[in-house]
Amino acid sequence: MSEARPIDSAPLVNASRFRAAHQDEWEALDELLRRMEKRSVRVLNDEALLALPLLYRSALSSLSVARETSLDKGLVAYLEQLCTRAYFQLYGVPTSAWRQLLHFFRTGWPTAVRGLWRETLFCLFLTVVGAVAGYWLVIADPSAYYSIIPDAMAQGRDPSASVETLRKTIHDTGPSRDNALATFAVYLFTHNSQVAIFAFALGFAFAVPSVLLLLYNGLTLGAMLAVFAQKGLGPDFAAWIAIHGSTELFAIILAGAAGIHIGMAVAFPGREARMEAAVVAGRRAAIAMAGVVCMLLVAGMLEGIGRQTVQGNAARVGIGSTMLLFWLAYYYFPRRKGAGDALAIPRP
Amino acid sequence: MRWPFRARKPREARTLRRTFVTPEGVDLRLELGSAGARAAAFIIDMAIMLAVLVALTIGATFLLFGGVQSAFIEILWLIGFFVLRNGWFTLFEMGGRGATPGKRALGLRVVARDGARLTAGAVIARNAMREIEVFLPLSFLAQQSSQGAADGFLILFGLCWSGIFLFFPLFNRDRLRVGDMIAGTWVVNTVRGKLGDDLAKASVERSRHVFTEAALDLYGVYELQMLEDVLRKGSDDAVFTVAAAIRRKAGIPDESDDYLFLQDYYAALCARLERGMLVGRRRENKHAVAARR
Repeated sequence: MSEARPIDSAPLVNASRFRAAHQDEWEALDELLRRMEKRSVRVLNDEALLALPLLYRSALSSLSVARETSLDKGLVAYLEQLCTRAYFQLYGVPTSAWRQLLHFFRTGWPTAVRGLWRETLFCLFLTVVGAVAGYWLVIADPSAYYSIIPDAMAQGRDPSASVETLRKTIHDTGPSRDNALATFAVYLFTHNSQVAIFAFALGFAFAVPSVLLLLYNGLTLGAMLAVFAQKGLGPDFAAWIAIHGSTELFAIILAGAAGIHIGMAVAFPGREARMEAAVVAGRRAAIAMAGVVCMLLVAGMLEGIGRQTVQGNAARVGIGSTMLLFWLAYYYFPRRKGAGDALAIPRP
Repeated sequence: MRWPFRARKPREARTLRRTFVTPEGVDLRLELGSAGARAAAFIIDMAIMLAVLVALTIGATFLLFGGVQSAFIEILWLIGFFVLRNGWFTLFEMGGRGATPGKRALGLRVVARDGARLTAGAVIARNAMREIEVFLPLSFLAQQSSQGAADGFLILFGLCWSGIFLFFPLFNRDRLRVGDMIAGTWVVNTVRGKLGDDLAKASVERSRHVFTEAALDLYGVYELQMLEDVLRKGSDDAVFTVAAAIRRKAGIPDESDDYLFLQDYYAALCARLERGMLVGRRRENKHAVAARR
């Protein structure tokens, strides 16, 4: 039923006409995007930068028209990927690293921590409960100490140790100065941060593991304190802990609080949808976690270097309480809302 | 208590396309990254990380023999390891591309589900969760087996644990990891595509077949687009089969010019369906009623 017919060169379908009219624009946009994707937006000159949004909008309108009037699937697919790439180049680019960092230290970090105040109090409570329990357990029955603290961690600091040995662990000038101290500080920082991130991630399991971790942390603290207190070294031990502990324990409490915050949002989303509650909680807790890592960096330095070089009890307590006051002021001192930064990133 | 007896609605075909409306009001129909692509990207990243770690360790050893103070090297290695483990994914995804090298290689990108820009908080949240998804069971097993204490039960527990988290993306529609869920992100495809040739145009420039109304009434939009796929990337076999089927149905004699025949049929059918569409008669597939003349 088919026969040859003389040539008629008018385009048959809309897609052909449409392509002829707009293909140049699409290709220009594609070229710009390719250059941006290879490097960054900085490769574009002023002219190209001004053209970009116009080309993007015309591609979007081409996409809408093509979907409604054309049956050329290849064309629609091409326009879809073009518009998607352009969208992410225009809308998806994050703020510059410096701006983000500045915002983090000025408002992001303290605001996130303030948002966790309920969980923070709860975690403080857990740590105190753990510490008191550990203390009484060891006072009542010294052998309980061995089941609370593993040998590797005790390093000879157990109920059977003499006063001299214990005193040495607290007031020790350390093996060799400087180098070993710095290594020790870095080791403490990386190790503690890893544990903190872990505690945070575990919060997802309805906060149960984070609670256990905090309780155990308190338990070891109390048990240690009991051993030293029995030998009359209580104040020395407290000072020894205080110099870095005010920062480190605070950081651990915040990490647990961040984890519990997520777990609670997943378990009890309140008025919001479960997923939305989890997202809001997750982003806030993550900012707080970045802060916790910073705190642990400070704590690592205090513990690794400060504690070995500063020997007097008074000086140790002084440094410790100054740090604590600093953190409390930084987080909870009331400040004007939206002070300064008019272009601040809106809170998620 | 209607559940067991409820009539099942016919389910929509499960695709990875998701509605995503831009501020300009156009739906971009984003395509999510498939689970396979995600896994491949992750494996590439892990391989690079491992290579960097090995290079770091070898470099540290060289420095050690080169007489540099051992404390300095230890610090360097510890910090290097920490940054690699916690910073690799986070730092790359915070950058403008929103993708690690592995994701870039597979044309993937991390995007906020609500279409806003990706914040640092979201990136940190989605990657901190890797700690319980991957690193925990891995380091746990490594430690246990190095002490020779990895008994069957522990290994089984580790496998179950990581199995739950590893396969988590397969159990939800949007291929979300636990980290994606918490951070409000998802991973989309941003593969660059090329504009294919205009199929209808090719048949304009030469003398072409002419088809009867009855022959053009055979098919709808769905079949037209399948035919487009065949013409764009089908094998000779497919072209032959499709051409034979159309000829048989339309009663057109075989002139053994399959490809040209299909091109002409495509152009004619496309023109006809488009005309129908412009007056509001879109014929989805061959089962729908043919446009009235």
